[in-house]
Amino acid sequence: MANTANEAAHGAAAAAESAGMPQLDFSTYPNQVFWLVVTIVVIYLILSRIALPRIGSVLAERQGTITNDIAAAEELKLKAQEAEGAYNQALADARVEAQKIIAEAKAEIQADLDAATAEADAQIAAKSAESQKRIDEIRAGALESVTEVAKDTAKEIVAALGQSADARTVTAAVNARLKG
Amino acid sequence: MASEAHGESAGLTFHPMDQFIVKPLFGGDTINWYTPTNVTLWMGLTIVVIFLLLVVGTRGRAVIPSRIQSVAELAYGFVYQMVEDVAGKDAIKFFPYIMTLFMFIVFANFLGLLPMSFTTTSHFAVTVVLALAVFITVTVVGFVKNGTKFLGLFWVSSAPLALRPILAIIELISYFVRPVSHFIRLAGNIMAGHAVIKVFAGFAQITAVAPLAVLAITAMYGLEVLVAFIQAYVFTILTCVYLKDALHPSH
Repeated sequence: MANTANEAAHGAAAAAESAGMPQLDFSTYPNQVFWLVVTIVVIYLILSRIALPRIGSVLAERQGTITNDIAAAEELKLKAQEAEGAYNQALADARVEAQKIIAEAKAEIQADLDAATAEADAQIAAKSAESQKRIDEIRAGALESVTEVAKDTAKEIVAALGQSADARTVTAAVNARLKG
Repeated sequence: MASEAHGESAGLTFHPMDQFIVKPLFGGDTINWYTPTNVTLWMGLTIVVIFLLLVVGTRGRAVIPSRIQSVAELAYGFVYQMVEDVAGKDAIKFFPYIMTLFMFIVFANFLGLLPMSFTTTSHFAVTVVLALAVFITVTVVGFVKNGTKFLGLFWVSSAPLALRPILAIIELISYFVRPVSHFIRLAGNIMAGHAVIKVFAGFAQITAVAPLAVLAITAMYGLEVLVAFIQAYVFTILTCVYLKDALHPSH
């Protein structure tokens, strides 16, 4: 086992003098330090000259774009609110207008209705007055006819009883009866 | 039977640390400071991945991002938010530096999770440099920004006067221990996780425990994915905390 470890150490010793830990082989230090410094300087130059300004500007540009977009959105929102207000105003106006039109129409209809009703009433009144007159005429006619019929009937009855009666007497008697 | 067992144990070799060996890419034995090694390769791949994500991925500069671009923006926002929240608004000028640290560590950690890869952040040499860079930056910034007032960080004015010298010593020690814990935390976590996976992989050579070992490797790998990100995050947020101390040294 010790032999194996020795062998391993020997194998390593071909490149590294220290047993087991190449990290402690100081002969490689100048080499590593040199290449590290070169690497760090190259990376620093790449980053500070190209990469970081580029990424920084991209981020700033994005931030600017976002800020602009947010401002534009705010503006559009205001516009939308304005439009909504105008729309609501228009709606309210239209509603008031509609109410007015409805009221006007109602008044007009009412007026028409009133006029028609009045006319109809007048016509009805005229018709009923005329009818009344006719009825009165018919009644008067009927009364006259009653007198005539009564006189004739009385004359016929008197004649049938075999007596002759003076027309004037009969008439007077009928008239007296009718009145009575 | 005995020979079989012997043969198995002979074949059972653990090289959990071999994955960390620094090797020259194009042969040869000597590693000079300029030799292209596997360190070079994997650090280069880290650069490529970061470039693909943050530069190629964002080439559209789209206001509505593509998938890769939103990942890049997410990383940017994540680190930016961290710097701003933890270190304050006046630390924003350090944002590229902190972003560099975060992107490097997070991608070095994740690339290290690929099989056969080399994990650069598992090496003390790398994390020591990163931690020292943060330490020196923070200390220099502290003195440049606040002058001698920066020393108020060690003089706890809210404590009783008698206690202040003792607290000052403790604060001073803790201040100098910061980079040490900073570099050991990152390299230690990454190295330990990778080594444990390799040990389980060694056990997978024994047929009887192979299924268990594979299961353990899978579980460990899941944990390592988490650790890879968390360690990068911890390293970065600690950098921000230290930076805050440097910019606003009052307790």
